Amino acid sequence: MAVKLLSVNSLAISFGGIRALGGIDFELEDQEILAIIGPNGSGKTTLINCITGIYSPDRGQVIFEGESIAGLSPDLVAQRGIARTFQNIRLFNNMTVLDNLMLGRHVKFRKNPFHAVLRIRKEELVHRERVEELIDFLDLHAYRKMRVVDCPYGVQKSVELGRALAMEPGLLLIDEPFAGLTSEEKEETAYRITEIRGKYKTGILLIEHDLRLVSKLADRMIALNYGLKIAEGSPQEVQRNPGVISAYLGNE
Amino acid sequence: MDLVESYKDEMRLIDKPWKGFWIGLLLMALLLLPWLGDEYMIYMVSLVCIYSIGVQGQNILIGYTGQISLGQAGFLAIGAFTLGHLSRLGVPVLLGLLGAGLAAGLFGLVVGFPCLRLKGPYLAIATLGFGIAVYEVFVNSQTLSGGRMGLIVPKFSPLFGLSGSAFYYYFSLLIGVVFTLVSFNIISSYIGRAFIAIRDNDIAAEAIGVNLTFYKLLSFVVSSFYTGVQGGLYGLLMGYVEPNMFTFLESVTLFIAVIIGGLASVEGSIMGAAFVILVPHIFSSYKELVPVAFGISILLVLIFEPLGLYGRWLKIRLYFRNWPFR
Repeated sequence: MAVKLLSVNSLAISFGGIRALGGIDFELEDQEILAIIGPNGSGKTTLINCITGIYSPDRGQVIFEGESIAGLSPDLVAQRGIARTFQNIRLFNNMTVLDNLMLGRHVKFRKNPFHAVLRIRKEELVHRERVEELIDFLDLHAYRKMRVVDCPYGVQKSVELGRALAMEPGLLLIDEPFAGLTSEEKEETAYRITEIRGKYKTGILLIEHDLRLVSKLADRMIALNYGLKIAEGSPQEVQRNPGVISAYLGNE
Repeated sequence: MDLVESYKDEMRLIDKPWKGFWIGLLLMALLLLPWLGDEYMIYMVSLVCIYSIGVQGQNILIGYTGQISLGQAGFLAIGAFTLGHLSRLGVPVLLGLLGAGLAAGLFGLVVGFPCLRLKGPYLAIATLGFGIAVYEVFVNSQTLSGGRMGLIVPKFSPLFGLSGSAFYYYFSLLIGVVFTLVSFNIISSYIGRAFIAIRDNDIAAEAIGVNLTFYKLLSFVVSSFYTGVQGGLYGLLMGYVEPNMFTFLESVTLFIAVIIGGLASVEGSIMGAAFVILVPHIFSSYKELVPVAFGISILLVLIFEPLGLYGRWLKIRLYFRNWPFR
């Protein structure tokens, strides 16, 4: 059997007495889009935080491309090739869009302090080319030299996606990409997410509440509730699952 | 006029021809200063050159990396006494300065480590403790501080037939210019980007692969290196070093220079250095009122220009660029 891109085994974490994740298992194939849904506080973002090393899980394993990454610090996880976006945008506000994207190239940058001090910028040019490709892809030309705080919300969302893509990740974790966008922007982002899979050959783990969009995008879907997996399967199956319905709508 | 034709052109330090012209003019004026000004003026401008080095280092730490530090007097003292002892041992001045910077940088690393997890006011207090501790060590150790009279730093003989003060001035100016260039280069490189990323959003910085430990320590080391060199040059200019030159007030002055000049700007650092040197000097005839006048002028700048002198400079430039429209 081929090695899965990502496999998560009985991942659990508690904060004080609150069980945020109570043993989650799932796998993600190469170039698969897997959506995670669930009511507020069901542990979706905690799951992403455990995978990216912001939290270190109490028990369980996270295996990425055949190697265990549980407990590694976030920067080491990023160097392995996992990129993420945040639910509440976390950009470098006082920098330009261009610099934010260049920071996404940080892991790919061949760093030489002497070149930095002596202003030898060969490496910079190489990465600038790649960033310009991304600016093309995300249609950010008009904002290239603008400070991120001055950009509209939708653009900021795109920049964050771009910064993650600049890392050329093997796995992309996207936390609520459609939150707060207009319907046009939602359509565009949805289109881009499918485009990303084809163009950059990444696996995508997607957290989202907009079930209509998610069921069009996702190959498979997982539903969480109170830190436990309550359903897994194709979007249609999961949405018809009685456990999921009762988690969202309550019981009669 | 401002047409940029390649990515490479965009990364040039002097990106517009006029900028080159103005910088050239400024440098020319600075070079001719020994013929234009009197001894006292030369001395003051040397001090500004020396100070601007340390303020730039501070700005890299405070303005760019967002780590507040109030222990600069400690690094100054370490730099100054290192240079003093090295030059008494007969080490050439340039090597002595390098040693001063490296010694301070090493202590920056030592202080930086325990401070990695501290933020904001907590970090300020921790570094403050360091500054005071270094001061006490030098006060209480005769072997380190050279006794009650302080440590005499041997004057090195002027070259090229220049007078003593002019030679020290050119020396400080040269080193100041070199450090200014290095600051510009560092902040526009991947290192500078990582620093700013840590300041703006440390969680996101970590998530894109910036090693927080490494870059925070690097920022500490670079800024203490700058401060150590400032200390060394100051000792050279004064001809002696004693612990009382490096009280807590000195840390505060450097901190003020960063804020007044403008956070996160190299040009602002130089303006801030000029401010803290020249403003007390302007009021010097009022003797005991000098601190009051200095304090009031700081308040005025901060009230009317929260972005510091560099912010004001940008506005003035914009005004003239748009003139006669507004």
